[in-house]
Amino acid sequence: MILDGKSPSGPLAEKWEKHRHEMKLVNPANKRRYRIIVVGTGLAGASAAATLGELGYNVEAFCYQDSPRRGHSIAAQGGINAAKNYPNDGDSIYRLFHDTIKGGDFRAREANVYRLAEVSNSIIDQCVAQGVPFARDYAGYLGNRSFGGAQVSRTFYARGQTGQQLLLGAYAALCRQIKAGSVRLHPRTEMLDLVVVEGEAKGITVRDMVTGQIRSYAGDAVCLCTGGYSNVFYLSTNAAGSNVTATYRAYKRGAFFANPCFTQIHPTCIPVTGEHQSKLTLMSESLRNDGRVWVPRAKGDKRPPGEIPESERDYYLERKYPSYGNLAPRDISSRAAKEVCDEGRGVGASGRGVYLDFGDAIARLGQDRIQERYGNLFDMYEKITAENAYRQPMRIYPAPHYAMGGLWVDYNLQSTLPGLFVLGEANFSDHGANRLGASALMQGLADGYFIIPYTIAHYLAQTVPGKVTTDHAEFSKSLEEVDGRTKKLLSLKGRRTVNELHRELGRVMWEHVGMARSEESLGKALKLIPQMRAEFWEDVRVPGSGAELNQELEKAGRVADFLEFGELMARDALFRRESCGGHFRVEYQMADGEARRDDENFCYVAAWQYKGVDQEPVLHKESLVFQHVPLSTRSYK
Amino acid sequence: MDLTLYVWRQKGPAEPGRLQQYEARDISPDMSFLEMLDVVNEGLIKAEQEPIAFDHDCREGICGMCSQVINGVAHGPVEKTTVCQLHMRHFKDGDSLYIEPWRARAFPVIKDLIVDRSALERVMQAGGYISVHTGGVADANAILIAKTDAETAMDAAECIGCGACVAACPNGSAMLFTAAKVGHLAMLPQGRVEAAQRVCVMTEAMLKEGFGNCSNHYECQAVCPKGIKVQFIAKLNREFIKAQITTRRDE
Repeated sequence: MILDGKSPSGPLAEKWEKHRHEMKLVNPANKRRYRIIVVGTGLAGASAAATLGELGYNVEAFCYQDSPRRGHSIAAQGGINAAKNYPNDGDSIYRLFHDTIKGGDFRAREANVYRLAEVSNSIIDQCVAQGVPFARDYAGYLGNRSFGGAQVSRTFYARGQTGQQLLLGAYAALCRQIKAGSVRLHPRTEMLDLVVVEGEAKGITVRDMVTGQIRSYAGDAVCLCTGGYSNVFYLSTNAAGSNVTATYRAYKRGAFFANPCFTQIHPTCIPVTGEHQSKLTLMSESLRNDGRVWVPRAKGDKRPPGEIPESERDYYLERKYPSYGNLAPRDISSRAAKEVCDEGRGVGASGRGVYLDFGDAIARLGQDRIQERYGNLFDMYEKITAENAYRQPMRIYPAPHYAMGGLWVDYNLQSTLPGLFVLGEANFSDHGANRLGASALMQGLADGYFIIPYTIAHYLAQTVPGKVTTDHAEFSKSLEEVDGRTKKLLSLKGRRTVNELHRELGRVMWEHVGMARSEESLGKALKLIPQMRAEFWEDVRVPGSGAELNQELEKAGRVADFLEFGELMARDALFRRESCGGHFRVEYQMADGEARRDDENFCYVAAWQYKGVDQEPVLHKESLVFQHVPLSTRSYK
Repeated sequence: MDLTLYVWRQKGPAEPGRLQQYEARDISPDMSFLEMLDVVNEGLIKAEQEPIAFDHDCREGICGMCSQVINGVAHGPVEKTTVCQLHMRHFKDGDSLYIEPWRARAFPVIKDLIVDRSALERVMQAGGYISVHTGGVADANAILIAKTDAETAMDAAECIGCGACVAACPNGSAMLFTAAKVGHLAMLPQGRVEAAQRVCVMTEAMLKEGFGNCSNHYECQAVCPKGIKVQFIAKLNREFIKAQITTRRDE
C-alpha cells in the first residue's frame, strides 16, 4: 500500500491555515458528548488532555506514575526551540523548518515540519502565560542560547530543567481541568491493549497497578502520548518505566509502525560502571562547547589522563571534523566514540569511555567562568562518579536517548486506524532520521496544545458520540486476552528474572542494532531475538499474584513487548540499505567514513503492518517529496 | 561491601507492617541506592521470595517518584540528593541500614515502601496554577519580569513534588511543598492576579488533607533534594495574611 500523509495542497506557508479552515468543527454544546482517552501525561499528553478538557470534551487521562507531573519529559535539560528571532540573528519560521528537515537527514514530511516551526512561537507565549520561569536578561526580556545543528540562538531555557518547567506548566493546566471536572485522571494505571471496533479505535484496556484489576474504557477517540522506546536497549537515558507497550499494542491491533530503526544515541552520557547499572545519565550537550574530546593514541594506555602528554593524545573529533570539531552532530560524535573504543583506546575501567577535557577551557577562561556555565553539570557528574571534573577530564560515552521512529501518522496526527491519534515522541512524524537538540519539547507541546485540538475535531465531527460502549464484544475479547496473558506470565515460575532477560535483550540490541549496523549484525539479531523471546516465555519468573501491586509483573509485560519490538527494529534496519541520521549501516558509507544516504531507493517512510508474532510484517511506503529544501548531503566537516 | 538491611514490609494499607532483615552482599560503591535494592530484589526473586516494592522512575533525581527514609532521614544522608542519586560509596562495609516509607498521616502506605501521595495532587488541583486557556495569550516578551524575580520564582519552581518535606516534618506538614508553588506563581506578574485566591484555596486544601501545621522545625529544608528554602514558607504566610485582609471571596 502506498500511504498518503495527507499534506494539504497549496503554498507551504499557507497549508496549515488553509487546512484549519477546511476541517470540520464540533459545536461547543456537543463537545461534552464526546469522550476522549489520552494515554500518557508527559508534555504531549498533559498539554493535549488539558486543552481538550478546556474546549469542553470529556477527557480520561491515564499515566503509570503516581502523578502526571512525573512523565519523563520532566528530565529534559537543555531547552525548547522557537523561531521568535528575539536576538535578531536571522532566525525565521522558514529557517527553523529548514534546519529541522536538514538535521533530520531528509526523512521527515515537509508539511508537518513547517507547521511545527509555525506553531513554535505560540508555545513560548503559552508557557510564559502559564508562569514558566524562563531565563531572562537584566531588562526582563527572555534569554536565548544556541544549540547543535543551528547557527542562530533560538533555544529558550529554564536553568538546566527546561523539561521540568514546561511539564509543570502543562501539569498545572491539567490540574485546573481536573478540578473543573472535564478531565478524569487515572494515575498508577497502565494501558495494556487498544480496543478496535469495526476498524476504528474506540477504547483501551488497562491494569490498575494498585489493585491489579483489569478493566476497559470506551471513548470516541484515543490519543497515545506514551513516549519513546529507547529502553529496548535496557540501558538508556529514559526513565525505568518508559516502555513500548502502548504503541506496540496499537501496532498489533492494526496501526502501522514507522521507521522503528531511527533511534538517537546521545554522545555525552556518563559511562557504565558495571552489571548492576540500571540507567544512563545524560550530561547536557552544551558541555561540548568548552570541552575537548580525546583518547590516548596508543591502545591499552592505562596511565591516568594527567600523565599522558599532549603528543600522545588523539583529539579525534577535531582531527576528523576540523570545522565543527567537538560540536559535530550527535550521531557523528557518538559513532566516532564507539570506533575509538572498539580500537581498544577507550578509557576508564571498562574501556568504554572517552575523555571530555576542560583543562584548556579552565586555563583560558578560569575555573569561575566554567563553574558559572556548567556548575550544576559538574556537580551531577561528581555525585555519580565521585570525580572532580575541574581537576581531571570527565569520562563520557554514548547512550540511547530518543526514538525518532514511532507509530505512523498523517498530517492530522491520525494513525492508520481511524480514531487513533499519536502525539509527541510516540509518533514518527517530525524529526526524520535524527532529532536536533531542543526540538523534542517543541514537538510534544505543538502536538498537544495547538494541533490535536483542531485535527481531532475533524474526526469526531464525522462520528456519532458514545456509539460504542464497553458492552461491545471487542471489549470483552480484549479483557480476556489481557487477563490471559497476565495469568500466563504469572504461571511460568521459571528460573530467570525479568531484569536478566531484559539486560540480555539490551546487550544484543546495543551490539547488533546499535550505532553501527551491518547485514551480518542485523542477521544475528534476527536470529537471537526470537530465541530470547522463546526463553522468556518458558523460563521467566514473575513472583506474586495479579490481584495486587506487582512491579515484576508490570516489568514482565513491558519486556515481553520489547522482545517482539526489537525484532521489528532489526528488520527495519536491515531493510533500509542506506545510512542516514541515527541509522548507520557500515556497508553504506563514504570513503571517509561518512554516512551514504540513498535518496534514489530509500527516500520514503517505512511503515510496518503487523501480521503475527513469528511472521514477517508487511512493509508500506510513504514517499517523501522535498519541494522546498533540496535534497543535499549533510556535511559538518 | 556487605550490608545489613532492615526494610519495612507491608502487604497493603490495612495490613500490619514490620521491619524485615536482609543481607546485601558484594555491593559496589558505584551503585546507586536503588541499584543496590535491585540486586537485593533479584536475589529475593531467585530465592522464591517476594521482592521489595518501591517507587522509582527517572533515576536521575528529577521526577520525584522515589521516596525512602534511610536511617531516619528522608532521601538518606547526602544533602540535596534523591534516593536514586544517592550512591553506595557514602556507606561502608558492615553498615546497618533501616529503610522505611514516607510516614505521614496524609500519605497512607500502599505496599512496602510505596505510599499514596495523591493528597499533594489535590492541593495542586485546588489552585496551583494560573487560569489561562490555551491560545489567545500575549507575546512572550510583552510581560517583562525582573531577572531577580524570575530567578526567585525558579528557585521555588524547582520543587519535584517528592513529599520528603512532609515525611521529615514532625507535624507531617506540606507547607514547603505548598509554599513552593504559591511562591513561584506569586513572584510573577502573570501569577499575581490570582495570588490571594490561590494562597487561600491551597492552604485550605492542605489542611483538609490532614497535613499538619508548620512550627518552624526546618526539617523540610534540610531534606529537600532541590534545596528549597523555608523563606518560601514565610512568603506563603505573608501572602496568606495579606489575602485575609484584602480578598473579596466570591464563593
